[in-house]
Amino acid sequence: MWDYTPPEIIPRNGIVINPAKTCQPIGAMYAALGVHRCLPHSHGSQGCCSYHRMHLSRHFRDPIAASTSSFTEGAAVFGGGANLKTALKNVFAIYNPDIIAVHTTCLSETIGDDIQVYINQAQVPPGKAVIYANTPSYVGSHVTGFSNMVKGMVKGLSVNNNHPNGKVNIIPGFVNPGDMREIKRMLKAMEVRFIMFPDTSGVLDAPLTGKYEMYPAGGTKIEELIDAGNSTVTLALGSFASEDAAQELRKKAKVRPLILRNPIGIRATDNFLMAVSRATGQEISAELEEERGQVIDVMVDLHDQYQDKKVAVFGDPDIVIALTSFLLELGMVPNYVLTGTPSEAFAKEVEQMLDEAGIKGRVKAGGDLFTLHQWIKEAPVDLLMGTSYGKYIAKAENIPLVRVGFPILDRGVHSYLPIVGYKGALRLIEMISNALLDKQDREAADEDFELIL
Amino acid sequence: MDMAINQTDFSFIPEREKSIRTKGQQMQAIQCQADSVAGCVSQRACVYCGARVVLNPITDAVHLVHGPIGCASYTWDIRGSLSSGADLYRHSFSTDLREEDIIFGGERKLMRCIDELAERYHPPVMLVYSTCIVGVIGDDLEAVCRLASKRHRIKVIPVQSSGFSGNKSDGYRIACEVLLRMIASQERILYQPFHLNYLGDYNLAGEAWIICGYLQEIGINVNVAFTGDSRCESLLTAPGAALNIVQCAGSMGYLAKRMEEIYGIPFLNVSFLGLEDTMQSLRRIADFFANPYIIKRCEALIERELAQYGPIVKQYRQHLKGKKAAVFVGGGFKAISLIKQFRELGMEVVMVGTQTGRQEEYDAISQLVAEGTVILDDANPSELERFMLEQGADLLVGGVKERPLAYKLGLSFIDHNHERKHPLSGFTGAANFAREVEQTVCSPVWKYLDGPIHTGRINP
Ligand code: SF4
Ligand code: SF4
Repeated sequence: MWDYTPPEIIPRNGIVINPAKTCQPIGAMYAALGVHRCLPHSHGSQGCCSYHRMHLSRHFRDPIAASTSSFTEGAAVFGGGANLKTALKNVFAIYNPDIIAVHTTCLSETIGDDIQVYINQAQVPPGKAVIYANTPSYVGSHVTGFSNMVKGMVKGLSVNNNHPNGKVNIIPGFVNPGDMREIKRMLKAMEVRFIMFPDTSGVLDAPLTGKYEMYPAGGTKIEELIDAGNSTVTLALGSFASEDAAQELRKKAKVRPLILRNPIGIRATDNFLMAVSRATGQEISAELEEERGQVIDVMVDLHDQYQDKKVAVFGDPDIVIALTSFLLELGMVPNYVLTGTPSEAFAKEVEQMLDEAGIKGRVKAGGDLFTLHQWIKEAPVDLLMGTSYGKYIAKAENIPLVRVGFPILDRGVHSYLPIVGYKGALRLIEMISNALLDKQDREAADEDFELIL
Repeated sequence: MDMAINQTDFSFIPEREKSIRTKGQQMQAIQCQADSVAGCVSQRACVYCGARVVLNPITDAVHLVHGPIGCASYTWDIRGSLSSGADLYRHSFSTDLREEDIIFGGERKLMRCIDELAERYHPPVMLVYSTCIVGVIGDDLEAVCRLASKRHRIKVIPVQSSGFSGNKSDGYRIACEVLLRMIASQERILYQPFHLNYLGDYNLAGEAWIICGYLQEIGINVNVAFTGDSRCESLLTAPGAALNIVQCAGSMGYLAKRMEEIYGIPFLNVSFLGLEDTMQSLRRIADFFANPYIIKRCEALIERELAQYGPIVKQYRQHLKGKKAAVFVGGGFKAISLIKQFRELGMEVVMVGTQTGRQEEYDAISQLVAEGTVILDDANPSELERFMLEQGADLLVGGVKERPLAYKLGLSFIDHNHERKHPLSGFTGAANFAREVEQTVCSPVWKYLDGPIHTGRINP
């Protein structure tokens, strides 16, 4: 099976085969779930909302609540204003969230609905809030949608009321709740006062209690989002998912933005912690230094198992950039690097990293998995890293797949554990070396089969 | 233990009231087939979704989604429908409309994409799905497809499935129309007296293969399944069949009716869920052909299979007796079968809901279930939660969106939708089902729920 991919690269002029991205609203929905007692609202037909909830549900293995404007033909012709106003009224009355985060879909964007105007006209009960983001899927990808909704939080809520709070804002990017938890743990270890948004930990990795909570305990509080305007600095992790919101905070509330890579691997985590330390004057705690030392120890122990192996990496731009950098730290050869999100900056940044490492690789933004498969057919790699959609290539070409990123639809636990920070680095090293060694063991001839590796 | 099911005061959307009934209390007709209310956390899907799930198992066709990327991404290989050969249908093809296409129209890009796909894959058929946005920007799908058909000498068929133009059921109907187009042929129809078509089985986990195996054994050939492991060529043999049997009437009832009108093929509604229904359905099919050889073989098969699988089901029944099930599935017909199947397992169904059930089906459900059973059309998570807890269900049968909800409530769960793990049809399927139910209902994991921190659950 899966022999529809010819190795020779034929130029393509439009068709996308086996996408490596999806649409904006799902990113916006995910971001909104990181606000405490927030119900994401999809302004469009019910189908989109249903797909987005289903997809998130599969990745997180948790219920995803979101409401929809349920467009019908009438709305598509006359505009969705009435639908949105009714929806907001119904949602507050019935599901009683503290805040509704409206995102658009391709349909409501195309018919030109003006969300701001509709929200102004809607009855919002006192003490409740509505924020929104425009998320047309014919621009960018799900990462763009995430970024837009985070920006929408700032736009809709954050204010500088001249009461500096001495806190650091952290925008963690489109990562798992496990990663957000880890970032918070590191900050707490340094005794840093911070506001993190969005924060899906405690929402999408909430414990099972035998009760369904539409709004679990986690998520950034509205007051915190407002207060983010009074913080000293915003650390935006990942330029694609987090920079726009940080810039908006600068514009709106004069909070200094600092754009960093996602803290994946040694160097990026070092940089993150040093930036935090510089911004707050807090020292990097001994606990974290110890963790760093552990990772180095493991790298020394295992480097001969993964060094010089060729890797194909694909997924969302921020994660892929950070991962590529980590793979280079490990002495691996990430020679195919691809994201589905369209962008010019991506290729530049990755190419520069590869150049510095003396690697001649292939890099593509706005690509699909058909292209990645063709590259691999032309010259194979030892390891594939990316989402579950990589499993077809992995099977066809007999390459181990290390699952990272979004979505992961065929394995569990991934959303609870980090890939960020030193702990995340340890976990990645374990996943990478195990994947390579499992294959080696499975395929070893009897005489080469060894107990001690 | 605290008996309050939830502190939330359930004030329902008034419009929803007509969609919920409790047997024995109010017996008016249920309101179904209504569109979801704006602002509802509805589980309902769109026209495209309905059309796509029905057509997706045509394995050697190119399924091209004309629209922005998302609609294609979410439907990439999610159907769980198995193929015995071709796997082109497991690839995701999208025109990935961008901003400029929205402004200037997407027809040219669509044409380019069709050209590229036709040249690369030479598929016998290409299905081009329109999504919401295509309906709005006004691309003439029909015209582009007609031109492409001529240019490439293959069938390029538009599927007019703009999501907002209805709900999933409308998508089913549109898919049936497309299927009618696909089976139409210029050649003379070759009538085959002992052949039938199997409608409404999507070969999830290989289920259609099981049923086709039974039929073959008793001397009946299956021309094609609509749709499961279906190739474009085999679809062309459909008009020659002597009979259509319909498993999922929700999606395929329309096709059966139309084929009766056009080709004069009668149809039988069947169900292969559970021992009882499987047995009955096979007998009804054999009776239809009224051939002593077929009837004899049919009885022999039933006897053998019952001897093999009956005891297995009985064995599980011992562990499951008295447990309570909640059912929330797509079609009403499946719900009916499940109610009967749970009866075989000694379990009572205390809540039944469907997404696309029709009035006749709700009436049939009402007849079947015990007093006090809650019946609902469509449902949001709070409704599902409330009724499952109130009714003391031990198990929920549902689809992908219900699984995490059930688990959060500490209830066991069975996927009776695209994500089923084992075939659940036929005699072996009944045994699989019993085993799956037992495995989840009696799992040790539920013991850990009642820890010191555990609160709010009704069942001790
Ligand atoms: S229409 Fe747009 S928003 Fe809806 S699923 Fe498709 S791509 Fe996503
Ligand atoms: S855009 Fe329309 S067709 Fe596509 S998923 Fe949404 S509702 Fe369905």
